[in-house]
Amino acid sequence: MNLEKIKNSNKRAISAIVNILPITFGILLLISIITNITPGSFYKNLFTGNLLSDSLIGDILGSVFIGNPITGYIAGNELLKSGVSLVAVTAFLVAWVTVGVIQSPAEAKALGNKFAIFRNICAFFMAIIAALITVFIVEIY
Amino acid sequence: MKENMGKIKKSKNTLTKWYFFILVLLIYSSISVFSPDKIMPILHSFIQILIQIIPVFLIVYFILFLTNLYINNKILQKYMGEDAGIKGWIISIIAGIISMGSIYAWYPLLKDLQSKGVKNKFIVTFLYNRGIKLQWLPVLILYFGWVYSITLLIVMAILSVFQGIITEKLISLSNASSD
Repeated sequence: MNLEKIKNSNKRAISAIVNILPITFGILLLISIITNITPGSFYKNLFTGNLLSDSLIGDILGSVFIGNPITGYIAGNELLKSGVSLVAVTAFLVAWVTVGVIQSPAEAKALGNKFAIFRNICAFFMAIIAALITVFIVEIY
Repeated sequence: MKENMGKIKKSKNTLTKWYFFILVLLIYSSISVFSPDKIMPILHSFIQILIQIIPVFLIVYFILFLTNLYINNKILQKYMGEDAGIKGWIISIIAGIISMGSIYAWYPLLKDLQSKGVKNKFIVTFLYNRGIKLQWLPVLILYFGWVYSITLLIVMAILSVFQGIITEKLISLSNASSD
């Protein structure tokens, strides 16, 4: 094994982790703030327990936020702990990593307007479908 | 000159990454002024989540290290360039899952592949599967359990094919109607 290649891989792995630290720390602190200052009733009011409207809200939240998957997982876990349904949390998680409202201008510039618009709209609805199927399977287990 | 421009751009990117953290710190500071009794519970929650995350970062480091060592992006580019039926789908899914780095770094390559005739459905599938990151799998399992995590990843990989087909169909229909 080439020593230079090992050094490069090590450097890139460390750099990938260091790069996400500021945003990860920011999200962790923000989650801590939100969970401590938001009354429990806020989530109960926002997520009513209706399967479709809850997944839609989770989907919208996941679509507008941007970040590394790890921060989405942390945020999703906090939502789950606040009593939000698994379907809504799953829609949130899937939308977080597949719908890119923030990066859509760059996507449109590179791959075309129609590509970016249709891909994001389709990913938005696909997040709800993915959530329903995943939770259905998990509940069988 | 070019080297200086590169350094300026790099330091600007480094600063941008901290903006969000600084903004959250400002929110935290303002809470300490207006509602000092909330500060300790917030800090306690922050430290608790941090303690959970630190060991996971070590696992993530090893996965990233091994992926960087054994997977070459040029190989992905070579195989993504083929319209090969089932083979094309499988390669798009695998390439999306193992692709590394920021999506912004991938756009030029995807644009190049698109201009060389790669079907949009494969590019869409590739992008969808970028949401499945094996290096973050330990974190997903830690929070949601392995049954949920594996199910979610398999469902996402399967749905990515439908996402590719539907998006390409919508683009074709839209192109046909505007012609």
